[in-house]
Amino acid sequence: MYKKFIILAGLIVGILGVLLVKLGNPPNMGVCVACFYRDIAGALGLHKAAVVQYIRPEILGFILGGFITAFIFKEFKPRGGSSPFLRFILGFFVMVGALVFLGCPLRMVYRLAGGDLNAVVGLLGFIVGIYIGIQFLKKGFTLGRSYPQKNANGYALPIIAILLLIFVLIKPAFIAFSEKGPGAMHAPVIISLAAGLIVGYLAQRSRLCMVGGIRDVLLLKDFHLISGFVAIFIAALIGNIIFGSFNPGFADQPIAHNNGVWNFLGMLLAGLGSVLLGGCPLRQTILAGEGDSDSAITIMGYLIGAAFAHNFSLAASPKGVPTGGQVAVIIGLVVVFAIGFSGCLVPAFKAQKSSSVKGGVTGGN
Amino acid sequence: MATKVDARGRSCPEPVLMTKQAIESGNVDLEVIVDTEVAKDNIIRFVKNKGFKVNYEENNNEIHLFIRSV
Repeated sequence: MYKKFIILAGLIVGILGVLLVKLGNPPNMGVCVACFYRDIAGALGLHKAAVVQYIRPEILGFILGGFITAFIFKEFKPRGGSSPFLRFILGFFVMVGALVFLGCPLRMVYRLAGGDLNAVVGLLGFIVGIYIGIQFLKKGFTLGRSYPQKNANGYALPIIAILLLIFVLIKPAFIAFSEKGPGAMHAPVIISLAAGLIVGYLAQRSRLCMVGGIRDVLLLKDFHLISGFVAIFIAALIGNIIFGSFNPGFADQPIAHNNGVWNFLGMLLAGLGSVLLGGCPLRQTILAGEGDSDSAITIMGYLIGAAFAHNFSLAASPKGVPTGGQVAVIIGLVVVFAIGFSGCLVPAFKAQKSSSVKGGVTGGN
Repeated sequence: MATKVDARGRSCPEPVLMTKQAIESGNVDLEVIVDTEVAKDNIIRFVKNKGFKVNYEENNNEIHLFIRSV
């Protein structure tokens, strides 16, 4: 039953991605969680890149869909306190890596399904990043446990999402909306929101996670989550072939560059950072909707990472990767490795041969 | 007596990894405590694939999984 559901969820997410492009979203970007947070950061004036400013209703749908679904299924559990600032920093560098590659792990799958072979290079980097992350996990890496929190901690982000939804509907003057470029390309608000809510529901129930898919295969020989990943690819591939938007090759791919080294390293950074966080940007967004305030802080890291990426010319463009972006990826790798080593100072598993169990006995706090 | 593993509040995939490491260090009688459905589902899937028997109790937002070799 679970297996069928995650495959069904993946197929629907794949089809929705292709349809959203047909209805106006940027090419091979039906949904890109990283790019869409970047657009939201721009709309809120956190960066001034005029071509990537829009409050993406898909993201608001993920948060609210995750929230509503978790609420209905009694999984809404406000919690937090697991190294919030380190999660913020990891989120920051996951975003930098994603914007050097030009896509989050989910857009990487859509790019693969559109025939963009640069995404194959990105995928290889992503797998290597996940493999490195697993070595940290095996050595006992943890950001420490979270604790139950008061309900307000879980309501805060969904309330912000509702506020942003009002902004995208009434378009107040203080919110920036791109007039050209990818930020100006979008499906009608109501369709984007509906797609976001559907994906939010499916992702909450199926626990869809791009990083988790590859991680579980390498670490546990568990093919459950990756079946969702593969289903997204297959559905989007078939959709692209039907609509004639499957164009295999390296050159002139939409909103992509063909600098292999930085496609590889950008996704390596995003994959490694996401393993240490416990999930890809899509999964973090759903968890934040479920009341996980550590994931909400991670999202703040994404937003500020995106702001830095555009304020300091770190983000790639179809023209290539600026020097600043290359330096930022190297710095990011150093920082993420340092966080990885710092989280391994305690053993992951320390057996308790007693009848009493106290919080945090396994360390990491 | 069952070996206890406290995996409450841990991010994915730490609860299942802690269970795996506990099994690999020779424990055949485990009680794993988690506090999310995801961790519960992941652990159940993992130990069943390994051929272990598992049942669980839920109380006070905590889930106690009892894992035994068949």
